[in-house]
This record gives sequence, C-alpha cells and structure tokens, in this order.
Amino acid sequence: MPMRNVRNDFPIFQAQPGLVYLDSAATALKPQMVLDKVNEYYTQYSANVHRGLYPLAEKSTEEYEEARATVARFLNAEPNEIIFTRSATEAINLVAHSFGRHLQERLPSNPARAAKKGRGAAIVVTELEHHSNIVPWHFVTHSTDAQGHSEQRRRVTEEKDVKLIWWPIEEDGTLDLEVLDSILENEKVGLVAVTGMSNVLGALPPIAEIVARAHKAGAKILVDAAQLAVHRPLDVKKLNVDFLAFTGHKLYGPTGIGVLYGKIDLLESMPAYQGGGEMIREVRKDCVTLKDSPHKFEAGTPPIAQAIGLGAAIEYFQSLGIDEVSRHENELTQYAVEKLSEVPGLTILGPKERGPLVAFTVEGIHPHDLATLLGEENIAIRAGHHCTMPLHAALNIPASARASFGVYTRHEDIDRLIVGLKKIQTKFVRARQKV
Amino acid sequence: MTNLYREEILDHYYNPRNSGKLTPADLVGHETNPLCGDEVTVYVKFDGEKIGQVKFEGSGCAISQAATSMLTEYLVGKSRDDLEKLDLQTILSLLKVQVGPGRLDCALLPVQAIRNAKHRASTILARQT
Repeated sequence: MPMRNVRNDFPIFQAQPGLVYLDSAATALKPQMVLDKVNEYYTQYSANVHRGLYPLAEKSTEEYEEARATVARFLNAEPNEIIFTRSATEAINLVAHSFGRHLQERLPSNPARAAKKGRGAAIVVTELEHHSNIVPWHFVTHSTDAQGHSEQRRRVTEEKDVKLIWWPIEEDGTLDLEVLDSILENEKVGLVAVTGMSNVLGALPPIAEIVARAHKAGAKILVDAAQLAVHRPLDVKKLNVDFLAFTGHKLYGPTGIGVLYGKIDLLESMPAYQGGGEMIREVRKDCVTLKDSPHKFEAGTPPIAQAIGLGAAIEYFQSLGIDEVSRHENELTQYAVEKLSEVPGLTILGPKERGPLVAFTVEGIHPHDLATLLGEENIAIRAGHHCTMPLHAALNIPASARASFGVYTRHEDIDRLIVGLKKIQTKFVRARQKV
Repeated sequence: MTNLYREEILDHYYNPRNSGKLTPADLVGHETNPLCGDEVTVYVKFDGEKIGQVKFEGSGCAISQAATSMLTEYLVGKSRDDLEKLDLQTILSLLKVQVGPGRLDCALLPVQAIRNAKHRASTILARQT
C-alpha cells in the first residue's frame, strides 16, 4: 500500500510555500501533532517530573515515562535500557565517558587476548563516521590541550592505554568485513563504534555481521543510528548491539532530545556520566548513592517537553507504516540517483545500495556555490564536509553537496533540484567559456 | 539568480588575474578554510613604499577565489598603509555584492592570508632586533 500524502501534516509548508527541502538528514521538518503534543505539555500540565505529589506532577511523570516506553518499544528494548540525553552526540559522549575510559579494565580475559598481551586496548572507528562518533573516542584515546591539539596519550606502559584504530572504507564506500577481522585479530579491541547509515554516502554497514565478529573477539559495539533510526526498522535485541544512539530532531521530533540504548547489564556496571538531582537516592556530606539505570544517567530536570515530543514523533512515524515509508524513500532515492546521473559533470558519491540521501560533486562548481545558488531558488541542500572530514579526506575531495529525503519529499522536489542544477551549470559554463 | 554570482565574479573565478608565484617576495601569506576546502597563497612585492606586484595561487569556491583575484588587482600600486587597512569592507566593495553570513569566511580568505603574512613578517623583524 502506498504511503499516504503527508505534506499537509507539516505546517512549515504553509509558512514556506514553494520550499524544496532536501536536507532532512540535517534535521527533519515537524508534523503538527508533535508540535501539539509539546505545546500540550506546556499549556495543560507543565509540571516537573518524578518529584511532585500533586496531579499535574503525576501527569508529567506519566507522560515522560510513557515517552520512554514508546522509545523502548520502537527499539524492542526495555524501558530501563533507554536513557534520554539531549542528542545522539551526548549519548555517545556518555558511553565514551562511562565505558570507553575504563576499557582496559573491562576486557574479558581469554587465551586469544593473552596472546596479545602488551598491547593497549583499542577502540575501532570507521572512515564513514560523523564527528560525533569520532571526537568522543578521540578524547578517550588522546590527551588534548585547550586548542584541541592532541597526541596519543604518552604511554606509561602499553598495557594501560586505550588507542584509536581506523577501519578504512573500500573504493565504493562500503566496509570490508575482512578488514575488521584483521583488526580484531591483531588488536585488543574493546569497542567497535560504527554508523548504521553514512550521512554522506548513504552506505549501510552490515551491523549484524559486525556485531557477531566484535562479540566473538570480546569487543562491545556501539551503533550511531542517527540516520538509520529514521529509515530502517530497528530491533536492538535481534541486532544484539551493546549501545545504540539516535536523535529526536532527525526523526520528526523536537530538537534537544536524544536517546542512548544500552544493554542493562552494561549500564548497571557503568559509573554515572553527569551528577546532580534526580539521579541520586541519597546525598550526604560524605557519601552519595545513586539510582539504577536509566535514572542514574539522567541528572537534573530532563528535557521533559522534548521527550514527550519524541514519543509523539515516533507514534506519528509508526502510523505511516515503516514498510510504506521505506518503499517511498527507496523509490525516491532511485529516482534521484537516476536523474542526477543524467546531469553532465555530476558525480554521485557512495555505493549503489544506500539509504535515502545522495551526496555529489559537480565538476568546476564548488559545493558551497551550488548550495548558495540553489538556496536562492528556495531549494535547501547541504554543502561542505557534513561533519565527516576524515571521510572527505579519504575520498580526496574538500567538500560535497548533499540532497536527503524524508516522508514529505516528493518527485517534484527532485525535479526542481535538477532544474536548479542545470541552471547553475549554464550560468557557470557561459562564464567559463568567455576566455 | 542572484547578483552574488554576477558575471564579473565568475569571470575572476574562471580567469583569475595575477595567478602564480613571486619569488622572491616580500610577503607570503597563506590561509585555508578547512570547513569547505578553500585555500589561497598570496605573494606581495613592494616597490619602495608602494605595492609593486601581487600574485596568488589557490583553489576553492567562486567567492574566495574571485575575491582574491579582485584583491590582487586592487592592491597593485597601493601603499603599505592600504595593506594594513585591508578589511571585510574592502573586499565587499570590490565584490560589489552582499555576502551572506555563511560565506563571509570565503570572502575574507585573502584578507586573512595577507594578515598571516604580515604577522609572520613582523615576527621575523622582532626577532632580528
């Protein structure tokens, strides 16, 4: 069954008629029902959570925890495995702080590992990664000064250190599992941090296989699902991931809300990230005892309205039917790839099998110029390095342009993009020919 | 389409003036914008109190390269004082267009490159005294 037409659900299209929004990978537009649910919190009950004893406070707590339950069902996890953060970035920082820093102590001993004795523990990241799934690990493995310049931690003994290992991409932007095998064999890997879907190449790493290999080698795995969660069904139990992070604002929800999923036994073994109210059982002058997960990891008043908004966004998203959404987006992506391939001098980046986005370069025209000119035609694309400098270095390009799709994207948007690109080309080529 | 990419700017982009190196040069300044990959190197040679020759090498977006090309034309024959006074306004008056906040760094690239050069020159001078 085809996905229903959803454009009327999104009030921004009334406010911005003629808007061709092709930047959903940066942030998604919001449906009215999400805005209504956020507004409802502020206008109808508005109280703080977990503490109050009056009806409005009980209602707030109920809605907040119900949002948590909605997220848990969305991932097929338990509510105590769902931590609300302010973003996917914060979720990954939480794991870096509370798990990554203690990697060496956590590595299970086994004969294979003993053979690698004398080598520090390693965290593996891929060349596909967004800076938010690189920099937190960089901070764990490097000493940095105030300007951010770093050097691999001076080694007291090799045993003590955690080091960063890069899993490079293949020519077509995919990841070769044999390369991972080699890394896992030669290093004491404690954690593999990998994206579920590249925000530039659209590449979809084989998560299930990566999990199996990582676990076999005694390593844990964190999946950055900021893009993946919006475009593919997720079942954390089936995937067997140890940690997974995603963000609300890319999933048609408010800004300022993210989610960390972690296996409960891991979360229970991890020290808290931030300290403050809400996450404590008891505070004495010389001793503090903490709550269990997930509340242990939610210090201070949480982003209540935002979490409730995220719950509504997930409900909205699921009401469209994940299969229908996938079909709609895949069809659009194929159409986009086909049409963009017809533009002379345009190179599409990434593999054939991809999520719903297309990054590209145009010969002789810098992506920033493309995006600026398209912007003036009310066409929103993104240009630059998309927070993936190592990836762009690996591709040997300074920047790229990117069009990305959501539930409200339609063929007409892609047609307008093509017309816009050709118009820019005509203008630039004319100027170029006047030599 | 906008004036930002008016013919003169695209002309400077595809037919840069004063392209090349100067060796020896009195000032050599380099600047990159890692956010988008623009870069320029500007070479300046004085002729007494005036700027005798300016050349540049670079790659990147139309705004940054055209701005640099236009700046090299502007600078020849100007005084050392004019070089000191280089700022965003100078560039904008050369480009003759409004540059949005997202592209200001592109327009400023050659100014920053020259500031880097001057900084290095004065550092060397300080060390010599």
